[in-house]
Amino acid sequence: MRADLEIIEEWVRPGSRVLDLGCGDGELLAHLMKQKQVSGYGLEIDHDNITLCLEKGVPVIEKNIDDGLVSIRNHSFDTVIMTQALQVMERPDQIIDEMLRIGKECIVTFPNFGHWRARGYLAFRGKMPVSKFLPYTWYNTPNIHFCTFKDFERLCVERNIYIQERTVVDHSHRDHWWIRLWPNMLGEIAIYRITR
Amino acid sequence: MSREYPQDSVGLVQPQVLHFDQPLELVCGQTLNSYTLIIETYGTLNKDGSNAVLICHALSGNHHVAGYHSDDDKKPGWWDSAVGPGKAIDTNKFFVVCLNNLGGCHGSTGPASINPETDKPYGPDFPIVTVRDWVNSQVRLADHFGIQQWAAIVGGSLGGMQALQWSIDFPERLRHCLVIASAPKLSAQNIAFNEVARQAISRDIEFHDGHYYGENTVPRTGLMLARMLGHITYLSADGMGEKFGRELRSDNISFDFTPQFEVESYLRYQGKRFSTAFDANTYLLMTKALDYYDPAAEYDNSLSSAVAQTQCKFFVASFTTDWRFSPERSREIVDALVDAGKQVSYAEIDAHHGHDAFLIPIPRYMEVFSAYMKQVEADTPAIESHDTVGGTDNAC
Repeated sequence: MRADLEIIEEWVRPGSRVLDLGCGDGELLAHLMKQKQVSGYGLEIDHDNITLCLEKGVPVIEKNIDDGLVSIRNHSFDTVIMTQALQVMERPDQIIDEMLRIGKECIVTFPNFGHWRARGYLAFRGKMPVSKFLPYTWYNTPNIHFCTFKDFERLCVERNIYIQERTVVDHSHRDHWWIRLWPNMLGEIAIYRITR
Repeated sequence: MSREYPQDSVGLVQPQVLHFDQPLELVCGQTLNSYTLIIETYGTLNKDGSNAVLICHALSGNHHVAGYHSDDDKKPGWWDSAVGPGKAIDTNKFFVVCLNNLGGCHGSTGPASINPETDKPYGPDFPIVTVRDWVNSQVRLADHFGIQQWAAIVGGSLGGMQALQWSIDFPERLRHCLVIASAPKLSAQNIAFNEVARQAISRDIEFHDGHYYGENTVPRTGLMLARMLGHITYLSADGMGEKFGRELRSDNISFDFTPQFEVESYLRYQGKRFSTAFDANTYLLMTKALDYYDPAAEYDNSLSSAVAQTQCKFFVASFTTDWRFSPERSREIVDALVDAGKQVSYAEIDAHHGHDAFLIPIPRYMEVFSAYMKQVEADTPAIESHDTVGGTDNAC
């Protein structure tokens, strides 16, 4: 399993009710259902991923998260998770508000645009960063709202969101001591546990 | 020599007629002292009766879901695309049961049947049956086969309503509930369409207040109009445009009222065909069952409360251009199930076929349907695979 998902697994309590926004092929939920006896759903829009979820027995609901989550009651989930999808949302701030409304706590992961490679790419080449990890060009990228860890944490301060825990890893989702020294420069993906 | 059927067809099938003598109390207050259900089954029931799938039909459907009744049949059953060896509902794995509902006109007790009290056809005196009544009659059918718990109950449209009602009324008797192109209740617009259809039938001079059986006639025109109206609402504007456009049957406009546009002659053909194959009183009954369906009504109009006691897992699917049972209505079901904390999956299929899409083997539809049925299979203890060649294994 992806290393970031292993970190998330540690943060999810056994038997809890989980909503995974942009659940992909259902890997995380399938794992959590098996290992932690969680219940819940994945929300997904990609057709192939929906089929993969169904084949795994992961409850998946076809839904565009940008359309909102109004039908879901306040605090009706123990944990709302969004891995690597925040940057494709139309309004990441609103979706975080929604996640915190329906979930008692939320886990969010996203790529760090403040990483030294992205900075260097723009600074020295004068072009929007393209990498193996972020392979799109500016005009066709689904990633429309990049931010850095600092940006995200500033949003949390402004919106009274409490960061309970943060782990910063490299693109292979590995934790290194040197990343902890200067996460916004050296970390590529952050995993946040937030509440309000 | 008998005809060759495709490998994935259940092949030649035979209906079976079952009589039930235990009185059935209906929601309307009346009682059917005895009744007949005509059914078909495909595949083999395993020893513990755990691999049974019930298919509930929609407004004009019947027990003949898959396969052929004779070598001369041009068309197979109404859902042959989804039921057969290796298909979404795999008859190599599941024992599939389908019936004609009470009030129907294909062999189960209905308005054209003889009322034992009068020795005449029931006609308009056949009691109004509801979705719940159908479910109650289907419970007897399950008992007949010794099926304690269905592996799945599957239905589209009005059939989906029956599947959902099962999950509410008999939560312990099904493991999976598949609700396709359905709704938790009809909208005013939907009831309005049904009312126009009913008026078309009951105002036909040949209707004779429903007693047309004795008059040696049938309200053909009314039924035809009802079907034509229904048919329009089952298609999407785009689908109709794509299929017919403004195509003419001949080269020139004739400036009279004969059918000139292809869509006109198509509707007339469909209407006419239906008017000779379907019973008018049954049509009235089926549309009423649709109108009355509202499982949330007994729960303070809260669908979440209505589904609170369900125990099965759910699969809900809708089609983008279906405006008679729109995706919004399916999402209401999904939202209620999520609200009640039930396990549910939902797919919204891109299709231009309107409501009819649920009967059409659209690739993505069949893909998600099959993927979900794999889960049904995984949740079925002691499934015995019967890799028989199509058509030889019909337990009827």
